[in-house]
Amino acid sequence: MRRFSWFNATALTAGFAFLYIPMIILVIYSFNSSRLVTVWAGFSTHWYGELFRDQAFLDAAWVTLRVAFVSSSIATILGTMAAYVLVRGGKFMGRTLFSGMIYAPLVMPEVITGLSLLLLFISIGLDRGIVTIILAHTTFSMCYVSVVVSSRLVSFDRSVEEAALDLGCTPWDAFKSVTLPLIAPAVIAGWLLAFTLSLDDLVIASFTAGPSATTLPIKIFSSVRLGVSPEINALSTILILIVTIGVISASLVSKRRIVQQQRDEQMAEQAQQ
Amino acid sequence: MNLARRTLIGIPYLWLLLLFLVPFGIIFKISLSDYAVSIPPYTPTLDLSEGWQGIRDFFAALDWENYVFLTEDDLYWRAYLSSLKIALISTFLTLLVGYPIAYGMAKAAPEWRPMLMMLVILPFWTSFLIRVYAWIGILSTEGYLNQLLLWIGIISDPLQIMNTPTAVYIGIVYTYLPFMILPIYATLERMDDSLLEAAEDLGCSRLSAFWIITLPLSRSGIIAGSFLVFIPALGEFVIPSLLGGSSTLMIGKVLWEEFFSNRDWPVASAVAIILLLILVIPIILFQKNQEKNQEADA
Repeated sequence: MRRFSWFNATALTAGFAFLYIPMIILVIYSFNSSRLVTVWAGFSTHWYGELFRDQAFLDAAWVTLRVAFVSSSIATILGTMAAYVLVRGGKFMGRTLFSGMIYAPLVMPEVITGLSLLLLFISIGLDRGIVTIILAHTTFSMCYVSVVVSSRLVSFDRSVEEAALDLGCTPWDAFKSVTLPLIAPAVIAGWLLAFTLSLDDLVIASFTAGPSATTLPIKIFSSVRLGVSPEINALSTILILIVTIGVISASLVSKRRIVQQQRDEQMAEQAQQ
Repeated sequence: MNLARRTLIGIPYLWLLLLFLVPFGIIFKISLSDYAVSIPPYTPTLDLSEGWQGIRDFFAALDWENYVFLTEDDLYWRAYLSSLKIALISTFLTLLVGYPIAYGMAKAAPEWRPMLMMLVILPFWTSFLIRVYAWIGILSTEGYLNQLLLWIGIISDPLQIMNTPTAVYIGIVYTYLPFMILPIYATLERMDDSLLEAAEDLGCSRLSAFWIITLPLSRSGIIAGSFLVFIPALGEFVIPSLLGGSSTLMIGKVLWEEFFSNRDWPVASAVAIILLLILVIPIILFQKNQEKNQEADA
């Protein structure tokens, strides 16, 4: 029996209002024609035009996308490996240290991670630029990937894998044809998470970027420091729109997959009878 | 142990050792060296070309001077204490705001839950920087909140919220809320409702059933959520620097300024090492809690 009381309804409404109203205001005021962001002066898409004419923003966006794509792809491979080792790897020397190094970056303050990586790059003489940002982003986002993938690995039935091994599959074949398809949704979710984390990151990128490469968050931060600006509102709106489309379509795809799976199971049951 | 297994363990292990653990050693080393006007801006640097003598000179020149400096200048102590205070209070506030939302989600009809889940996750995918930025327009003196309150007539003079600790609390609660809601929701959703029915059949009021049954059963979610908020909030930089102004002292900001404005890398490293020492206990507790939850799931 479930009760849905007034208390719950109020909690949800107030909670979601708190989460969404600031973003909605941001979106609305991106269409303001005045430069004074807090005074509404009529509808205009002027600031979007300004944004797309600003070469510095476009360059920063391009750097950010490249960094995010490369770092999230490497992080997905490394993170999936790490998850597999943690969940299926059994006991090995230094396992506690390994799981510690997976969980610690999730909560480590970014200023520390950023500073430590910068000092590493300086002491090995690696020039700061896109490569160092990619290395830094890969390191923290592989831990997120590993957490997402390992929660999926924990939850599915191991006997399927064992059956494949009993039927003569090599461990690699079993992983490729049984495990990987089962964990694929988590691997994709992990990649997306790593990609967004990289797009988002300001602090670690500021430490590791050096003067030659500027990412979008660094650019946004330096102009936001001077106060609210309508171009930033326009840029935020575009980013919010992309994320919204992405999250909604991902949830639709996963919903369809669940429905499909249920239908398959029903058909299998009927076939047995 | 065969080769494939060794590679599988070895590659991520080595990556994390080199890019996560070794850098901490380097921070520690630099925290013991001295500031110098050079590139890189510290001395001594390890000179291996002189062999043993070089290594010996290097270690002889290291000292704890920067740590002594941190205790002498009260800026740092106040920054650590004020970060602890801000992180504790905002973790508690996030719990107060997040728990009812997680509870409402867990009690909602099952067909609604994926949608509610998506609504919680959506802000989490949206840029952190943008979500903090959104509050500048709301909280500033001529911002939307003050406009609204003046228009209703609750206040006659605009409130000064921007550039105060209150703005930092709001910023932390807002941006970290999904981290609190999701683990609590996960434990509440798993909870067996028949326990509550049994309690009510035995004469428990709804409120006391909540205190006796629901709250203790959601403990692991509360713990996980609180650590996920508290630990990063302690070293937060973006929120205090955009919303807190000069009146809010937080250690993440001090470290940033020490590094980027003063270019004093050794002192910045010492600040980081102390922050790390403060964080070691909560991080270990968090990891224990996660492992326990994972075992409970398996």
